Amino acid sequence: MEALHIQGLKKSFGGLPAIADVSLSIQEGERRLIIGPNGAGKTTLFNLLTGDLPADAGSILLFESNVTRLATHKRVHLGLARTYQIITLFPRDTLVHNVALSLLGLSRVRWNSFGSLPDSIYESALAVLARVGLEALAERPIAEVAYGEKRRVEIAMALAQKPRLLLLDEPLAGLSREERGTVKQVIGAIPRETTVVMIEHDMDTALDMADRITVLHYGRVIVEGTRAEVVADPKTREVYLGH
Amino acid sequence: MRIANLTHGALFMLGAYLGVSVMRYVPNLWLAALAAGLAVAVFGALLERLVLRKLGGNVLGQVLVTLGVSFIIADACLLVWGGDPIPIQTPALLQRPVQIAGFVFPAYRLAVVAIAVVVALVLFLLMEKTRLGAMIRAGVDDPQMAGAVGIPVSRLFTTVFFLGAALAGAGGVIGGPIMSAYPGLDADMLPLALIVVILGGVGSLLGAFAGAFITGFVYTFGVALLPDLAYVILFLPMILVIAFRPRGLFGKFAA
Amino acid sequence: MKLRVFGTLALLAVLPLGVGEYYVNLASQVFIFAVFAASINLLLGYGGLPTLGHAAYLGVAAYLSALLQIKLGLSHWAIAPLALIGTTVMACGFGLIALRATGLGFLMLTLALSQVLWGTAYRWVSMTDGDNGLRGLARPAPFGINLDGAPAFYYFTLLVAVFAIWMMARFVSSPFGATLQGARDQPRRMSALGYHVWLIRWVAFVYSAFWGAVSGLLFVYYHKYIHPVSLSLANSAEGLLAVIAGGSGTLAGPIVGAAIVLLLKNWASAYIERWNMLLGFVFVFIVVFMPEGVVPGVKRLWKRYISRA
Repeated sequence: MEALHIQGLKKSFGGLPAIADVSLSIQEGERRLIIGPNGAGKTTLFNLLTGDLPADAGSILLFESNVTRLATHKRVHLGLARTYQIITLFPRDTLVHNVALSLLGLSRVRWNSFGSLPDSIYESALAVLARVGLEALAERPIAEVAYGEKRRVEIAMALAQKPRLLLLDEPLAGLSREERGTVKQVIGAIPRETTVVMIEHDMDTALDMADRITVLHYGRVIVEGTRAEVVADPKTREVYLGH
Repeated sequence: MRIANLTHGALFMLGAYLGVSVMRYVPNLWLAALAAGLAVAVFGALLERLVLRKLGGNVLGQVLVTLGVSFIIADACLLVWGGDPIPIQTPALLQRPVQIAGFVFPAYRLAVVAIAVVVALVLFLLMEKTRLGAMIRAGVDDPQMAGAVGIPVSRLFTTVFFLGAALAGAGGVIGGPIMSAYPGLDADMLPLALIVVILGGVGSLLGAFAGAFITGFVYTFGVALLPDLAYVILFLPMILVIAFRPRGLFGKFAA
Repeated sequence: MKLRVFGTLALLAVLPLGVGEYYVNLASQVFIFAVFAASINLLLGYGGLPTLGHAAYLGVAAYLSALLQIKLGLSHWAIAPLALIGTTVMACGFGLIALRATGLGFLMLTLALSQVLWGTAYRWVSMTDGDNGLRGLARPAPFGINLDGAPAFYYFTLLVAVFAIWMMARFVSSPFGATLQGARDQPRRMSALGYHVWLIRWVAFVYSAFWGAVSGLLFVYYHKYIHPVSLSLANSAEGLLAVIAGGSGTLAGPIVGAAIVLLLKNWASAYIERWNMLLGFVFVFIVVFMPEGVVPGVKRLWKRYISRA
């Protein structure tokens, strides 16, 4: 099954086309990397996929369901998850509370307005934190942990929901070499049940994480293929000349 | 300007009362409007500079402070001018009825309409066609960038506030012959201002004009037909428009 | 924490035995206002939704109760649920309108909606007797207990207030409460986690209005009179002031704030005729100098003073 099928997607801001015409398909279990220079439309594409922005034209099929007009939270219930380029965690809350909120998002318990948070959610949250190596910091408030650790919490929160399609928006941005290694390990350990689409700016580290690569430029797909194909294509070098 | 300002009704009332006092010495409505407008403008500019400046972005803070100031002004007016409504004399020249197309209108009301149209046009031209207007709009859209390219954002904001307060103050005097100056004038004016802005859409002068028109029409006819529900009718257009279109008729963004 | 709560409750339980009737009545008013303020804070502090029209729920519940008594002569066992349900249904509708916007727009809409009710209360003279208000109302007599005496009404109000605040406390510490606060802090992130942010806010809106209505019933029982001024912007603003004064970050904050504001009002009105002006100055002062609230602000200034000494 195709995890994601985008057809003729368009989005403009005022007169400016951020996404001029994008069509692509991603197979289930695939690891896809989306690269392109600044302003190519990568994050806009993600925003269209999650529903944070409405598309002007085109269609988005998530596991063969048409989600083009569907509200964001409903897409999440179909198995979509996302991390953000800018950390959007809950700074005053502890790490484990952040992950617990993520687990709660898909649970019926979230409508309970009288009882207390069940222990099972708490324990599951701790387990998720352990998977990314952060269980020692579980009770610390987000505001107090390092940037690299916050990135890992972002990914942990997305993984906690066992998504079928995971969108990672520049997960390695701003990390030290060591932190990058740790995060790459986490991403590499994601099970094949989850399809992963990643935006990355840092080509060198990200290229080896992907099965297929899509190159965006001015809101269009310029090159698409395996790593070897993309690296060999002259258009790729053209796009990145000067960078 | 994206400032939540609830003092506007009180500024209108303050202008009306100041006009009353000025007219005791200088029985000319237009001069009184000018003087009151200036005085209220200075007050407004001080308010912006000393208090509102510190609350950039803090919506609740702005609301509470401007609400507080409006309470202060309202009670101060009560203290100084007492609790009885004080009428303002219509200028002698405009005290007669005027015939247009078979209908009779009081000349003064026509004059007020004319003034409103002129003011609206001047404001529109100012904001849309002059460099000053462009600078103001830039300053509102992105104060940091505007400052970076050399636009004196803070001075402009004070100026805009000054202008807005001046119009409110002068408006209070000009509206005087029709409404008088009385305690509670601010509470009567403020919702009108809010409705017009929300209905017409934040950030749009055309919206304000359209909002005022629609509200005025609907209200006047509604009150004649269903006087008991006057207040509901007053707010109904706004509520209906917002329910279907959160940014108002011509607004640039949802308030 | 539990000790503080129980200690306070114990103190409140014996209060009427130690002080005169005037203070017992004052305490009753504080409880009523505390419920009102706490209900506002559900939206403001926990939901991140600044509301300027909460007096609407207090007022409508009070008017419904009064009208059902005067026009239909129903017993309080029928009136109270009807008034509460009526106000809550109205809040469901108001929420649909007000939540079309957030932040400033939301605030303006709540203001507009409550102003509609305020103006209508004045003008719909055939129903509400306009500026005269509705008077001669009777307090309920649950299980035959007469609540006309100050101590009896005090205990009744204390019980209801404690229950109300306990329910609100359970609400904010429940899973739903956690999602409400999450939606306050990062609404986009919450959507991306599968939460229906609008619905969360709407539920909180209606729930907060319900407790506002409860405070309205207590209000009309206490005063045995209701007047349009109870629906005014000034009344909503006083409630807001109580929340701001006590600090919107906790449930206890608005309660303390309510006590502060009510006591200040009572004390001040003996000396100053112009309460509104004082209210205005207090608003400006608090926002400029102690934006996080009087209680946290005083704590902060106290810490600074101690560290210097």
